This record gives sequence, C-alpha cells and structure tokens, in this order.
Amino acid sequence: MTDALDTQIDLWRAHMERHATVATTDVDELEDHLRGHIESLAAAGLSDDEAFLVAMKRLGSQDDIAREFARENSKRLWKQLVLGASDDEARSATANGWLPAVLFAVAGAVLVRLPLFGDINGWAGESYARAAGVIGLAAVVAYLLWRHVQGRTLTVAVTGGMAALAALSLMYPLRSGGDAFLSTMLHVPVAAWLLVGLAYAGDHWRTTEGRMDFVRFTGEWVIYMTLLALGGGVLMGISALVSSAAGVDPTTVLTEWILPCGVGGAAVVAAWLVEAKRSVIENMAPVLARVFTPLFTLTFGVLLLVVLASGNILDLDRNLLAVCNAILVLAAGLVLYSLTARSDDAHTGWFDWLQVALVAGALALDLLALVNIVTRIGDGGWTFNRTVVLGANLILLANLAVSAWLLTRVTRAEGGAVLRLERWQTALLPVYGLWAIVVIVVLPPAFSLVNT
Amino acid sequence: MDIPRDLVAASATPLVLTILAESDSYGYAIIKRVGELSSGQLEWTEGLLYPLLHRLERQGQIEGTWGASESGRKRRYYRITADGRAALAGHQAQWRTVSTALEAAWTATKLDFGPTGAFA
Repeated sequence: MTDALDTQIDLWRAHMERHATVATTDVDELEDHLRGHIESLAAAGLSDDEAFLVAMKRLGSQDDIAREFARENSKRLWKQLVLGASDDEARSATANGWLPAVLFAVAGAVLVRLPLFGDINGWAGESYARAAGVIGLAAVVAYLLWRHVQGRTLTVAVTGGMAALAALSLMYPLRSGGDAFLSTMLHVPVAAWLLVGLAYAGDHWRTTEGRMDFVRFTGEWVIYMTLLALGGGVLMGISALVSSAAGVDPTTVLTEWILPCGVGGAAVVAAWLVEAKRSVIENMAPVLARVFTPLFTLTFGVLLLVVLASGNILDLDRNLLAVCNAILVLAAGLVLYSLTARSDDAHTGWFDWLQVALVAGALALDLLALVNIVTRIGDGGWTFNRTVVLGANLILLANLAVSAWLLTRVTRAEGGAVLRLERWQTALLPVYGLWAIVVIVVLPPAFSLVNT
Repeated sequence: MDIPRDLVAASATPLVLTILAESDSYGYAIIKRVGELSSGQLEWTEGLLYPLLHRLERQGQIEGTWGASESGRKRRYYRITADGRAALAGHQAQWRTVSTALEAAWTATKLDFGPTGAFA
C-alpha cells in the first residue's frame, strides 16, 4: 500500500472518530475491514485509488454507519428514537422546548399547593400526607405521557393507576402519625414512581432495555432534583435573611408557598432537564457512580465495624436498624444505577471488584439486620413495623445475593453476564411495587391498625 | 433478486452464528463468506454486520479478541460460545419449520414461480 492511500485512510478515520456514537475500537475494526477490501480489489487489478473509492462506496455513507452503530452502542431509547425517527423531528423540537415544561411545572406547583388551602391540621392535611407521592408526581406523569405520546391503553392504564393509588392510600382510616400512617406515606411514592416509569418507558416497559432506560431516567432525575433543591435552598435562605433584616417575617410565605410550589414545579423541571439536556448528565453519571461506590463501600465497612464493636449483634438499637435499612436501599439503588452508567465495551476492572465488595458489604449488613428483626419477632411477636421491615429486607436479600453472584461472573468477564445482571435487577422493579401495595393495602387491616 | 431488508436482518444472526460455528473469523471474511454462501445474492453492509457482532458479543453468544492480520494489522477475531451454539440450534429449528411449511404449501398448491426451480 502506498503512502497516499494511508493518508486517505487516516483522513477517513479522523472523520469517522468525530461521530460520538462510534467508539475508537469500532473504527479500528472498520479500518481493518476497509483495508482488507482494498487489498482484495487491488489483487483483482484495480489501482490503489480506484480500490479505495470502490471500498468506500461499499462501506456506505459515514452517517449511515454511525447511525447503525448508535443503535447498538447506545442502550438509550432516545438515541434510537432520535436517529430512527426523522419524520417527527419538528415535534421533538417542540417537545424539547422549555414552554411546555414550564406549563406542566406550574400545573405541578398548583397541584401541590391546592390541598394546602384545606384544613391542614385536620382530615385534609392527613389525606395530603398519605397521598403526597401521587400528588407530587401527578404532573410528572402527565408531562411524560404528553412528551412521549404514549398509546391510549397505556395512558388510561397509567392515569387509572395513579387514581387507584390515591384511592388506596386513603382507603383506611388510620391514626394520624401512627405506624401504618407513616409506612403508607413512605410506600405510596414507590408505587407512584413505578407508574412514572410506565409513563416514561411506554410499551417498552416489558423489555430490559426499556426498564434500564427508566432506571437511568430515575438516577438523572434524582441528580437534577438534588441540584435544584440545593439552589432553591440557597435562594430561600437568602430571602429569609433579607426579609428578616427588613423586619418582615418570611416564614409563612416560604413554608406555605415557595416550598410546596417549588417542589411540585421542580419535579417536572427535573424530568424536562433529563430529557432535554441528556448529553450533560450522560457524562456525569459514570463519574458519580464511580465516586459514590467507593464511599458507600467504605460506609459499609465502618457500619459493620461499629455494629461489631458494640458487641450487641443480636440486639441492635432500633434507630441503628432504621439507618441500616435506609443505607441498604441506597446501596441497591447504587448497584442498579452504576449498571446504567456502564458502557458496553467496558473491560472488567477494579470498578467491578469494588462493586462486588459493595454488594458483599451490603449483604453482610442485610443479614445482620435480618437476624435482628427475626430475634425481635421471636421475642416480642409479629408487629406491623417488624413485618414491613422484614419484607423489605427479604426482598433486598434476594436482590443482593443474586446480584453478588452475577457480579462475580462479570468480574470473570463471562459473556452475557452484564445482560443477566440487568435482567435480574429490572425484573425486580415490579416486585418493589407489589410489596408497596401489600404494605399499603394488606398489612394495616391484618394488624388491626385501621380505626373503626 | 432484491431481498427485502426485513428478511436480510432476520437471517443475519443465524448466518453469522453458522459461519462462526464453521471456524473463527473476522468481519471482512464473514461478509465474504455470506456472499459465497448466497452466490452473491446477499450483500451485507458493514453497518449491518459490526453492530450485530457487537450485540451478539454482549449477549455472550460470541467472543471477540484483538489479534493481528497476516500483514500485522490490528484485527478483531470472533469465536462462537456454548450459548451461541445453543442459540444457533434454536434458529435452525425455527428456520427449518418456516421453510418446511412454505415448501409444503407450495407443493400442495403446485405453485412454482422460481426461476431456479428450487421448490420443484
């Protein structure tokens, strides 16, 4: 081969590498292909130049190749949608715009604010707290249904699901602030968030890819919500300082207007930001996963040490147990989230081992928590709280045990292991929803916590 | 003969797995082999083959390793795995069913438009 040919191929490489969806290794492979083709054409009697042109023509346009690679390289539905659907580009431009997002955000703010006009210390306030998950996420669901133009069946199913969930959360007369009341408050958002997922993934909810996309959406939404909350908190702090200095009491305005409206609106704005500013977070997610996984692994180590040092393994403090549970849920979320940040051609490395360590630590902590709960049940019998915690811990145990096993297979670079891990993790999503419904609907009457 | 895109795409996975079951191979050689097997009727594009190879690799049906060509160029070689062989057996059964059904239907109705008389 001549230098001139090399130069031409180098130029082609440079162009190819500029496509974000084509990895460098992909271009290596394509270059080998191109050169192989040129060699066989040259062997058939073509000159280098002619062979290059013919081979290039066969290779197809760069955009076409980039698009095909994007389909495979990206697990994101949106890329496929954007790349595959040129017919409704006009629509997606409108859909990405800020105006619809702002309108839905205002609706969200109003929705969160409206119930506060009622008797907040009486029945209205209690219902509000119990259905908070539905009220806060209703506008997000509406926005996503509008944004993704879901089919009629799905729209009806999601809307009906939200209404049913609101009804279920208010079904029983529960003692305000009691155990069942609090657990309903905590579990309604879980079920409501899965409905958000249905609105987001649409008909893809049955596929692992669709569910992974929703998990990714969840992670990014949480990041944006945190950023918005930080910004909002700073602004509220400054306004409080300024108005106090001016001799005006800002408490009512801030807590009764700005805070609820802000939360309701921010939920929609965060969803819009995830959709519209994807490439920003897409680069951030792997970094965050890599920063927090070591930190959490460390936390588990410390927690285990604290528990062991206390010498009271079988009689942990109730509050410590609650902290353990919160951290375990976070750990399970982190494993799921770092899975979405994993690139397809990622090589097995220290990060996979760290994840095994994280899951192993979480498993140890979960077993410890389970032993404690079972001991408590053995000593004091079944109570509502113990059942709720036991159920959540058993689901976590199954999740972590299978994940640990699959992760060790990932570290051995077994083919398809990552895919199996994704399947397992996303298959559990409906299970969380089912358990939430059980806690809201079945357990309160089972433990006679319903006021008569 | 112009084979529709859907049909090409549907037959792509079994073809790649079959070619790799014959022997380990690499991209350009696989495309050449497809041409040989179909007497030049199936012309695959690179945009079809490489993403497919990467997907099969992710699903654990094939394994890729970087090696060198005869001229010392970087080249990615692919090998079929046990999972891939199992998947191939499934594909084979499915395609045989389809092809048997079509042949039976065409024989029964004595339809034969084929220029080569393949179903005569």
